[in-house]
Amino acid sequence: MTAPLVLGIESSCDETGVGLVRGHDLLADAIASSVDEHARFGGVVPEVASRAHLEAMVPAVRRALDVAGVGLGQVDAIAVTAGPGLAGALLVGVCAAKAYALALGKPLYGVNHLAAHIAVDQLEHGPLPAPAIALLVSGGHSSLLLVRRLTGDITPLGATIDDAAGEAYDKVARLLGLPFPGGPPIDAAARTGDAGSVKFPRSKYRDGTADFSFSGLKTAVARWVEAREAAGLAVPVADVAASFQEAVADVLTRKAVDACLAQGVDHLVISGGVAANSRLRALAAQRCEAAGIRLRVPRPGLCTDNGAMVAALGSDLVAAGAEPSGADFAADSGLPVTQVLAA
Amino acid sequence: MLILAFDTATPAVTVALHDGSGVVAHESAVDARRHGELLAPSIARILAKAGAEPGDLTAIAVGTGPGPYTGLRVGLVTARVLGSALSVPVDGVCTLDIIAAEARHAAAGREFIVATDARRREVYWASYSADAERLSEPQVSLPAAVPAGYPVAGEGPRLHAGLAAVGETIGPRYPSAAELAQIVADHVALGISPGPPEARYLRRPDAREPGRPKRVTP
Ligand SMILES: [Zn+2]
Repeated sequence: MTAPLVLGIESSCDETGVGLVRGHDLLADAIASSVDEHARFGGVVPEVASRAHLEAMVPAVRRALDVAGVGLGQVDAIAVTAGPGLAGALLVGVCAAKAYALALGKPLYGVNHLAAHIAVDQLEHGPLPAPAIALLVSGGHSSLLLVRRLTGDITPLGATIDDAAGEAYDKVARLLGLPFPGGPPIDAAARTGDAGSVKFPRSKYRDGTADFSFSGLKTAVARWVEAREAAGLAVPVADVAASFQEAVADVLTRKAVDACLAQGVDHLVISGGVAANSRLRALAAQRCEAAGIRLRVPRPGLCTDNGAMVAALGSDLVAAGAEPSGADFAADSGLPVTQVLAA
Repeated sequence: MLILAFDTATPAVTVALHDGSGVVAHESAVDARRHGELLAPSIARILAKAGAEPGDLTAIAVGTGPGPYTGLRVGLVTARVLGSALSVPVDGVCTLDIIAAEARHAAAGREFIVATDARRREVYWASYSADAERLSEPQVSLPAAVPAGYPVAGEGPRLHAGLAAVGETIGPRYPSAAELAQIVADHVALGISPGPPEARYLRRPDAREPGRPKRVTP
């Protein structure tokens, strides 16, 4: 018997994502991004994102169906990001999903965006062994999670106490005159830089918690750049980018490996937009290898927000026999990771 | 013919079903913060009440605002998805026109104004002839900019004392999907579309381009 065909819809930030998944097979992953419309504002403007979701939603679903070569009538279940995320943006996806479920008479699952970031790895690397540690890093979240069961037993171990890692990338990019979003241009600039040229601080590096802090690092970079400018010297963008990136990757990978060792868990999943960063991936591979931990990182296109991750989690929930969410659940901008399925 | 009509551009979530000869079911609820939770269950109830399946629908009609954006989009995305999934046309009607279609009875032969809440102490409004033909494009402005001396329908005069003081307040307060369904049924009978399901935002998103990064050293 073939597994159910699950349509996944994601609209928590600036990507309108639609994925089609059967079991753990990825059939289509259509994305429409409004990122270019936000660039000149230096950050995602919620109302701009929400308007873009409304325009992109139906065409994105059509594209996903075309790519997968299936008809809407073949969809067996619908999953949608219920939270966390931008309230107005989430609402567009949630209402779209409810309307598809109503039109098709199919079950609807309102799912947790963070759990979906973890679930997506299975589309590439197969079922996730339990327990596992997950490090989720993006513009909106930075957290370490203990995953005992993806469909309903996720415990937060630590999170950022100030800026998310991706936010620090955006702010440092602005300081260096690089475009928004900051991740890709900093990664690119860092390639020709010397990561050891400036020793930026590692906040909460060995404090024994699984929490992060990136605000101090961002300020340290600003201070260094300003001192340089005050002295009438050029700012070595590549060196600063590489040194900043090294500090972020160093803290993230140390905390993740420490969490694995402390919990006695030998599988680590890294996901979220910042998991597309080349230095984070390389350093994580090196440190996990040294510590005897199996590292799983989805390909960059699946790390950033997308609909496939939502479909992947939906597929797991269907397989686990989870109760559908019904038509009256609310989008929840603050949905905690302990709640995988919106009621 | 079976037209499903709804509007979410005001605090009301209103849903109706029209079979070509008349409205066969309708309901409204007022809760400005729960449009996304109320609309889909309401549609399901209306269909069940009429003994209809989604696949029986021949057209979708939706109010296109103006109205607070978050609620407005609930109706628009629902309409576009239903239209796409069921392969039926989706028609959009200005929310002020829906209110006007009902208000013309209370206006009793006079020209009148429809004004709804635009938040930030402003109103969305338009003026109408005695038979509910819109005389101008919908606008957003302070209540003081609305012409005085006309009867005013919609939530505007109920929220802004200044607006209530310059003209008689008439019904209704909120749009009714029953009126929307009738407007679209009339258009379908004539073989024309009232308009596309495009949002009438009237305002640009609030966003400012950042200046130089703030200095951290004194
Ligand atoms: Zn995300």
